[in-house]
Amino acid sequence: MTNRALRRWAPAVAAVAAAALGLTACGSSGGSDAKDGGSGASAVRSALAKGGDLTVWAWEPTLKQVVADFQAAYPKVHVKLVNAGTGNDQYTALQNAVQAGKGVPDVAQVEYYALSQFALGKSVADLSPYGAKDLSKTYSPGPWNSVNINGGVYGLPMDSGPMALFYNKKVFDTYKLPVPTTWEQYLDDARKLHAADPKAYITSDTGDAGMTTSLIWQAGGKPYTVDGTKVKVDFANDPGTAAYTKVWQQLVSEHLVSPVPGWSDQWYKGLADGTIATLATGAWMPANFSSGVAAASGDWRAAPLPQWQAGANASAENGGSSLAVMQAGGNKALAYAFAQYADQGAGVQTRIKGGAFPATTADLDSQAFLDTPFPYFGGQQANKIFSASAKNVLPGWSYLPYQVYANSVFNDTVGKAYVSSTTLADGLKAWQDRSVSYGKQQGFSVG
Amino acid sequence: MAVLTPPSAAGRPAAGRGRSRGGRAGGRRQVGWAFVAPFLLVFALVFLAPIAYSIHLSLFRDQLIGGNHFVGLGNYTQALHDHAFWSGLSRVGLFLVVQVPVMLGIALLVALALDSGRLYGRGFFRISIFLPYAVPAVVATLMWGFMYGKRFGLVASVNEHLHTSLPDPLAPGWVLASIGNIVTWEFVGYNMLIFYAALRVVPASLYEAASIDGAGQWRIIAAIKLPAIRGALVIATIFSVIGSFQLFNEPSILKNLAPNAITTYFTPNLYTYSLSFSGQQHNYAATIAIVMGVVTMIVAYVVQLRGMRKEV
Repeated sequence: MTNRALRRWAPAVAAVAAAALGLTACGSSGGSDAKDGGSGASAVRSALAKGGDLTVWAWEPTLKQVVADFQAAYPKVHVKLVNAGTGNDQYTALQNAVQAGKGVPDVAQVEYYALSQFALGKSVADLSPYGAKDLSKTYSPGPWNSVNINGGVYGLPMDSGPMALFYNKKVFDTYKLPVPTTWEQYLDDARKLHAADPKAYITSDTGDAGMTTSLIWQAGGKPYTVDGTKVKVDFANDPGTAAYTKVWQQLVSEHLVSPVPGWSDQWYKGLADGTIATLATGAWMPANFSSGVAAASGDWRAAPLPQWQAGANASAENGGSSLAVMQAGGNKALAYAFAQYADQGAGVQTRIKGGAFPATTADLDSQAFLDTPFPYFGGQQANKIFSASAKNVLPGWSYLPYQVYANSVFNDTVGKAYVSSTTLADGLKAWQDRSVSYGKQQGFSVG
Repeated sequence: MAVLTPPSAAGRPAAGRGRSRGGRAGGRRQVGWAFVAPFLLVFALVFLAPIAYSIHLSLFRDQLIGGNHFVGLGNYTQALHDHAFWSGLSRVGLFLVVQVPVMLGIALLVALALDSGRLYGRGFFRISIFLPYAVPAVVATLMWGFMYGKRFGLVASVNEHLHTSLPDPLAPGWVLASIGNIVTWEFVGYNMLIFYAALRVVPASLYEAASIDGAGQWRIIAAIKLPAIRGALVIATIFSVIGSFQLFNEPSILKNLAPNAITTYFTPNLYTYSLSFSGQQHNYAATIAIVMGVVTMIVAYVVQLRGMRKEV
């Protein structure tokens, strides 16, 4: 009896165990596509040969040409490129779609700061099974570290954003302003420019979490400490933050920054007509300049970022995105194939030609890349400045594993400093409190 | 005009008739259910099920670390102590107390003017005042947003040409009033139409009797017209109360133009939206939505009770 029972049960138990194993295998490999095709790389190849439909959510302008080339190279693949908004707008739509389980794209552009939140929520797939692990030498260390989360690779680095100061040379020449090498000098220029032309501002700022954190990063600040699920947020006692608020508070209090929100129509207009004279941002900006501010072609130049301490050469990253494969997407192998084409294959050259700033080391170090003249910047070899900036990015910075949320409440807290008597320092403290309480609610141990 | 009659007045006798009939023939009951079934099915599917699901959601908490677990009424206690929620609620409360009387007052004035028969080009006024209601709220807000612009908008032009310094309508202290202005513009026509329709069904014989008694226009308004449209006034007030508590479109769109003046918890609805889509706190968002639903129901019910009290 017991024997028979055992015989009857043994296969069932084995089957359950096998199924469980299969499930965990699926879980860790990020999908069944890889399993079917044997090794990941061959699964990707067969997916390309078989073809299919892909939906890609991205706002990066050079991808348009990449999609066209990709479809020409693989006629059986049809790619639908959708601009679902820039940055946070797109993440909101993306989280919405993931939550609904419907309308999720196959591939999505996700900025480095946001990727860990999507990886933690298992919305994006681990790309290790498709061979992404082997690409560690392909990409420069900063971006590669950003896509490596908890032992998996959750996106392929598409571009990187070592910061530079873009300035409207025409405006600087007209008012005989020196190109600032320190932020103190920048403040000086801001005062002179606004005094000379009350309609002109040194830059526009209505409270931008990405820019604020990047400038604090460049000032040597480390407000976020992340160790697995242990998180610490401290703007109040952070020396980098203090350096930033000292200068920026004066810019804001003296109304020296234009109150035009970034990426709005007014903002593009301001960049074009010289009423917004500089922009401190990532090296991915040139592509947006030529597509969005075409009228001012030839007026703008790139320069190294002003320094918090005279004579230093510190830099930071601002933005930069990866292409991530969505966990809920239908054809992950094909999705990976597209991401690889755009971020590692022939697409990289296309995107560089379009003005994007790559994350691939081979291109960053190539002489041809460094010597490329930018017609938009009056023929300036701007990549030299960007490459130098990439090498000077201060190490040790990390974002919160829920930075998307934190950034969404930036204007609730720090934004007050732009429209009331609240100081930036108080605003940052309030931002810290909101970030801490959210982290606690989400189960992080927050110190 | 049955729609405008308060449900309590029309409902009672009908229910009484139904009971007596059902007693006579039991078989009819089942036939009745069969007739009601299609409605009940759709009602359960699109009304009861989402509410039940929201209540279910509100009893859990889904964390980035630790996953989903049952928290009982934990979310509700959190909501009661949530500064952001209460600040949003008191903001729409203030909006309600100021904007709704202004809007309904204007609507009533316009309806009475149209009904007085002394207005030249009545059809034109009626349609032009109603027209803003036909403009989608999103478009209306964008349009007003451009006018409010202190740098490139109408406010900027006025300041430039008349050398005035109008306050920035999108500054934190003014933005609620600016939203009130948009909402008033949008909904005066709609409420006017409700009042006007109610006024049209007042029997002309009452006016004749009043004029024989020597009543002037003001007397007619106070003694005949206003009492006659009391039901419509109550209905319009209830709609406006609900509309105020659900304020979302206008602040949500203006937020792009005034990101620092309109917080993510500016109104309770905007707060639930931010919680759920930026913060991934779907459970807490459901809780806030339910609490808001209950608050709205209570306030609307109080308005109805008060409005109907003196009517016999």
